[in-house]
Amino acid sequence: MKPFTRVTALACPLPIANIDTDQLIPARFMRRTRKEGYGPVLLHDLRFEADGSPKPDFPLNRPEHAGAGFIVARRNFGSGSSREAAVYALADYGIRAVIAPSFGDIFAQNAVNNGLLPVRLPEDAVENLILNLSAQPAPITVDLENTRVEAGGLTLPFVIDPVWRTKLLNGWDDLDLTLSHAAEIRAFMERDARARPWMAPSRTG
Amino acid sequence: MIGNPPRTLFDKVWQAHVVLTREDGTSLLAIDRHFLHEGSHHAFAQLADKGASVARPDLTFGVADHYVPTRRGAGQVIDPAIAEMVERLERNTAKHGITLFGLGDPRQGIVHVVGPEQGLTLPGLTIVCGDSHTSTHGAYGALAFGIGASEVAHVLMTGTLWQKKPKTFRINVDGALGPGLSAKDIALHIIATVGADGATGHALEYAGSAIRALSMEGRLTLCNLSIESGARCGMIAPDETTLRAITGRPFAPQGALFDQAVEAWRQLPSDENAHFDREIMISASDIAPIVTWGVTPEQALPITARVPDPARETDPVRAEAARAALDYMGLTPGAALAAVPVSRVFIGSCTNSRIEDLRSAAAVLAGRKARVPGLVSPGSSGVKRQAEEEGLDRIFREAGLEWVESGCSMCVGMNGDIGQPGERIASTTNRNFKGRQGAGVRTHLMSPAMVAAAAISGTLADCRPFVEGRKA
Ligand code: SF4
Repeated sequence: MKPFTRVTALACPLPIANIDTDQLIPARFMRRTRKEGYGPVLLHDLRFEADGSPKPDFPLNRPEHAGAGFIVARRNFGSGSSREAAVYALADYGIRAVIAPSFGDIFAQNAVNNGLLPVRLPEDAVENLILNLSAQPAPITVDLENTRVEAGGLTLPFVIDPVWRTKLLNGWDDLDLTLSHAAEIRAFMERDARARPWMAPSRTG
Repeated sequence: MIGNPPRTLFDKVWQAHVVLTREDGTSLLAIDRHFLHEGSHHAFAQLADKGASVARPDLTFGVADHYVPTRRGAGQVIDPAIAEMVERLERNTAKHGITLFGLGDPRQGIVHVVGPEQGLTLPGLTIVCGDSHTSTHGAYGALAFGIGASEVAHVLMTGTLWQKKPKTFRINVDGALGPGLSAKDIALHIIATVGADGATGHALEYAGSAIRALSMEGRLTLCNLSIESGARCGMIAPDETTLRAITGRPFAPQGALFDQAVEAWRQLPSDENAHFDREIMISASDIAPIVTWGVTPEQALPITARVPDPARETDPVRAEAARAALDYMGLTPGAALAAVPVSRVFIGSCTNSRIEDLRSAAAVLAGRKARVPGLVSPGSSGVKRQAEEEGLDRIFREAGLEWVESGCSMCVGMNGDIGQPGERIASTTNRNFKGRQGAGVRTHLMSPAMVAAAAISGTLADCRPFVEGRKA
């Protein structure tokens, strides 16, 4: 996983609340394998007309936001399903962080597991950012080391779960850490099988 | 009990599964049940990349539901791309020695219906699945939640999962529901009250006399919708209703093991004076039959209300969200909800496709005709057989609705069961997101009885006059 420390990129404002996972990646595209890439279908039905042509007014399609590395959106971003493909679509498109007042829980966890940073800022700070970026598109900096967003003259501190921060800064995934505890896991499961013998499915097929 | 601080139901199940806790407070939880469906292909690809095996195939169960065709009788042609999704699951589960309730298996159905039906869902368990509505299983007093593909891969490889402990939030619903109302109305009322992200970061516990009075089916519906208020999970303490629902299920403990389990389950309910981080009270008598009018489940109102006017919303962000929602939904502010014409109905999904749901819709439809086409997809092959034994299929067919096989169907449309752009669908499902039931489709969420009433009326409709004198 690519570490996230300090990234400077264009930020695309998406002044929409409740951008759910069905918007981020409509279900009909989820048969793809990851190798085929999910970037082209990110926010598909918001970005494209029924005939497949891009909607010129949609912020991500505007020339001034080409190559955006961040999205700034309204509350409850990524609410809905557990489909990790919603994160694949953002990541494959080139988005490194999403800034919003709140996120769907499972989405945020999936994001962190894929090196995508969910930045939670207060609602008024987000509104301000959307206003400024809409008036004048400009690169901003998301600094995870110092947990702050630098935009124009503004410095906006954010709070992030320390575990997520460590994972993202180092590009770690959980698996190696878990496997280092293999003996404890085995001991737990043996103890538990004696304490709760009823837990095991009573037949297997 | 001196020395033992009172604990919540959630605390008890959580603590019993902590293998270890890191300095930063994240815990490694042992996972008791892991359900898979066709969407697990990303996780299996991660396993293949690492050359890893499945740690606990004995606790892992696959179900074909997300992509299965619902019209699959002899002579039906199945889209090869869809068949491939089902076959990929068959290959992956077979390779790793995982029990599969696949296409054609008499136990097949929607994963969150099958788990309880087969006795795999039990109180006090940790249950995960790569589907956000895994919260459903909390109805049995299990700690159950949806996870993403990377987490699915992690559970497959280790039988465990890292989790931050959520906060606790008790929702008390007291009093009696009015006639024609159901758990779906309680759930939509709660979501409209707390908001679609109002319970984010929290484990919900539903308590109170109205919850105790719910059947197991109703509790499953309620817990199913926990995720729509942003909650990590929703739980209900096990009681006699729960025990009755488990007894004799194929995979449930039997004999002496069952007795031992019951003893453990009796310890699970939240202790008196247990601390909750948040708590709210709702009076059941305040709840009316509810429909959604927008594109998030929080945009919901009693059927007797009018389409809201965004101009009267004081919060500008909410006003804009409402304006955009009404634009997508093709609704006019001030119009009576009960007069909005619908073009199709759907009864199904893990939210409302159990036998009790089908009975309540059939009670409204019996001897009446639907004005619009619609699909009824039972939650499992088992529910389908039972409904047919009870003659419910005949009622649906005679009303003019199509009676099909079990699967996720129009909940998510992955199998090709979708509506046409601009269509308006009265649906018993869980998400009214834009495009959820097909690009440009407008979805109104409601209870099975309300969908039945909409079918008969050809508009959104109050089910109460239709249930009068009828037994659900
Ligand atoms: S019916 Fe819908 S919510 Fe339920 S498991 Fe299937 S896709 Fe998920």
